[in-house]
Amino acid sequence: MTALSAYVDGIAVIGPGITDWPGAAAILRGETRYVAAPTLFPLPTALPAAERRRTGRVVRLALAVGLEAATRAELPVAECLAVFSSSDGDVDNCHEICQTLASADRQLSPTRFHNSVHNAPAGYWSIATGSRAASTALCADDASYAAGLLEAIVQVAEFAAPVLLITYDLDYPPPLAEKHAVPTSFGTAFALMPRRGARSIARLSVSIDLAPSDHMADDELERLRIVVPAARSLPLLARLARRERGPVSLDYLGQSTLRVEVEPC
Amino acid sequence: MKPLLLSHYTATSCLGHGLEPFAAALRGGRGALKPCRFETVELDTAIGEVIDVDAERLPARLAIFDCRNNRLAQLALRQDGFDAAVRTAIARVGRGRFGLFLGTSTSGILETEIAYRHRDPLSGRLPAAFNYAGSHNTFSVAAFVRALLEIDGPAVVVSTACSSSAKVFASAARMIDAGVIDAALVGGVDSLCLTTLYGFHSLQLTSTRPCRPFAADRDGISIGEGAAFALLEKPAPGARGVALLGVGESSDAYHLSSPHPDGLGASAAMSAALQSAGLNASDLDYLNLHGTATPSNDRAEARAVLDTLGANIPCSSTKGATGHTLGAAGALEAVACALALTEGFLPGGINTSVADAALGLKYLTSSQSRRPATAMSNSFGFGGTNCSLVLGSYA
Repeated sequence: MTALSAYVDGIAVIGPGITDWPGAAAILRGETRYVAAPTLFPLPTALPAAERRRTGRVVRLALAVGLEAATRAELPVAECLAVFSSSDGDVDNCHEICQTLASADRQLSPTRFHNSVHNAPAGYWSIATGSRAASTALCADDASYAAGLLEAIVQVAEFAAPVLLITYDLDYPPPLAEKHAVPTSFGTAFALMPRRGARSIARLSVSIDLAPSDHMADDELERLRIVVPAARSLPLLARLARRERGPVSLDYLGQSTLRVEVEPC
Repeated sequence: MKPLLLSHYTATSCLGHGLEPFAAALRGGRGALKPCRFETVELDTAIGEVIDVDAERLPARLAIFDCRNNRLAQLALRQDGFDAAVRTAIARVGRGRFGLFLGTSTSGILETEIAYRHRDPLSGRLPAAFNYAGSHNTFSVAAFVRALLEIDGPAVVVSTACSSSAKVFASAARMIDAGVIDAALVGGVDSLCLTTLYGFHSLQLTSTRPCRPFAADRDGISIGEGAAFALLEKPAPGARGVALLGVGESSDAYHLSSPHPDGLGASAAMSAALQSAGLNASDLDYLNLHGTATPSNDRAEARAVLDTLGANIPCSSTKGATGHTLGAAGALEAVACALALTEGFLPGGINTSVADAALGLKYLTSSQSRRPATAMSNSFGFGGTNCSLVLGSYA
C-alpha cells in the first residue's frame, strides 16, 4: 500500500507509574527509571457534575488522555474528529452487568446499561467537549492500537483535518481476569494533523507490513507492552520521545504489523 | 465521495434467511416479531428472533469462536452465495488488499452472561470451557469471519451501539479511497442477549407489543437480531447495480441514551451524507428512518428530517418488521434500501396503522410499487452517535 501520513502535534500517556507525556518521555529516553505504580484515573472535570458521577474508570482514562493530547497540540476540541480504540472497553461495568444478570434480581441500572456500549467514552467525550464532529469506537482485540492508528491516519488523509486518536485498556476484574489477563490499565492519545505546524513533533507514515514487531529493551516496559494492547504503542512512543528517525513496527493482526516511519520535525 | 458498488449483499433477520424472504416480507408488509421466549428471559416484550441459529455448527477448527453471534454470522454469510462472492473478490484483488469491517454492539456477551451463572461456588471461577476472546470480545465476530473466509487484510470492528454497521460503510469507503485496500466485506451482526433485553427494559424503552414506529401511540422498541453483509468495491467499467453514494457521521454532544431533542446531530449526519453524495435533499426518493418507535427518538428524528430533507420525502422504518437489530441495524437497513432500489418498491412501516400527524412526515404505512433511484438510511445510537448512508442505482 502507499504510505499514508500525518503529523503528530500532541501526545498523552497514562499508565502504571506514568501520569503524562513528559513523564513518559523521560522514562522512554532512559532519563528516569521506570517504577510501576497503580494507574491513576483523573476526574473528568470537563463533564457536568451529573454526567461526571456516572463515569467509570474507562471514561476517565479516555477523556484524560484525549484532553492532554489536544491541549499539548493547542487543538480546539469542539470541532475535532476522534477515533477511540480499545481491546475491550469498560470491563468493570461488564462484570457488574453479568453479575446482576446471573442473580435472582436481574433488574439492571439504566446508567450501567447505557455505559455498557463500547462507544461510551466517545459519547462522554462529545458531551464534555461539546463536539458534534464524528467519532468512532473500534476494537481489534490485541491489534486495537494499530487498527486505531491506521483508521486515524486514513481519516486525516481523507478529511484533510485534525483527528484525535484515543486508545485505552482497563485491567480486568476477577473472574474475567482469569480468562483474559490484562493486569494493568494504560491509555495513550495522539493529536494528528494533516499539515506540519509550529507544534509538530514528527511526521508519521504508516503502511501494513510483515516485518516482526519492535520490542522494548527494558524488561518491565516490554512486559507492559505485551500485557496491555494499548501499550503496543510503546515502541512508537519511545521513538517519538527520543526524536529518532526511522521505522517502527507495531503489532497488528496475525503475523502482520503496522510499519510507522517516524520523521522528527 | 466516489461511488462504491455493493457488488453482492445479503441479509438475515427474523424475517428469514437471505434476501428472498427479506424482500418478500418488506414488500408484502409482513413482520415476524413475537412474544419473547428467549433463553431464560422473563419480560413482557416482543422480539425478532432469527430461526435455527442454534442449529448452526461452526467448523471444528473454529470451535473457540462458538457463540450465538458467530453462529448467526456464519448462517447469514452462507445465504445468497455471499461467502463464495467474497472468496472470488479476494482472489481478484489479492488477500492483502481486501478488508473486513464489521459492526456489533454486544458481540457474544450471551456466553459470558451464561458463564456467570455457572461460577464455581467456592473460587468464583468461570467454567473452564468458556472462551472469552472467541465469543464475548467485541472483535470476536471479525476474528471469526477472518478465519472462516481466510481474510488477511485490514480488519476492525466498529462498535458504536446502533450506528455500528452503518459506520462500517464509512470506514471501508475511506480505506478504499485512501488506497489501503481495493474491496471490503462490510456488515453487522448482533444477536439476542440478556444485557440488551433487560437493559432497554430498565430504561423503560421496550414495548409490550410489536413496535409501532412513528405511530401516535408508539411506546417503545422491539429488540431483534440479525446479520447483513455487503461486498463493497470500486465499480468496474460497465458495472451496474446498487452503489454507496455518500456517508455522513456526527455526534450529538447531548446525552448518553437520549437523542438531542431537536435532532441536531441527526440533521448533521443527514446533511453530511447528502454533501458526500453530491446530492440535494430533493434528489432523494426514499428514507429508511432509524425509527425505533420510542416517543422521543421518533420525535427527534422527525424534526431532523423536516429540517434537512423536508416534509415530502417518502419514508418508513422497517423495525416494525424486523425489530431493532441494534449493531446490525445499519447494514440490515442498507440492504433494505438496496432491495427497494433493485426490486422497485418502497417498504411500508408495518404495525403503524396511522402515522403520528404531529411528526409531520410522509410516513408510508404500507409498501408502494415505485422504483426509487436513490435512498437514504439513518442509524443513530447510544452515546449520541449518528450515521446516514446514501445508496443509489448505478449504471
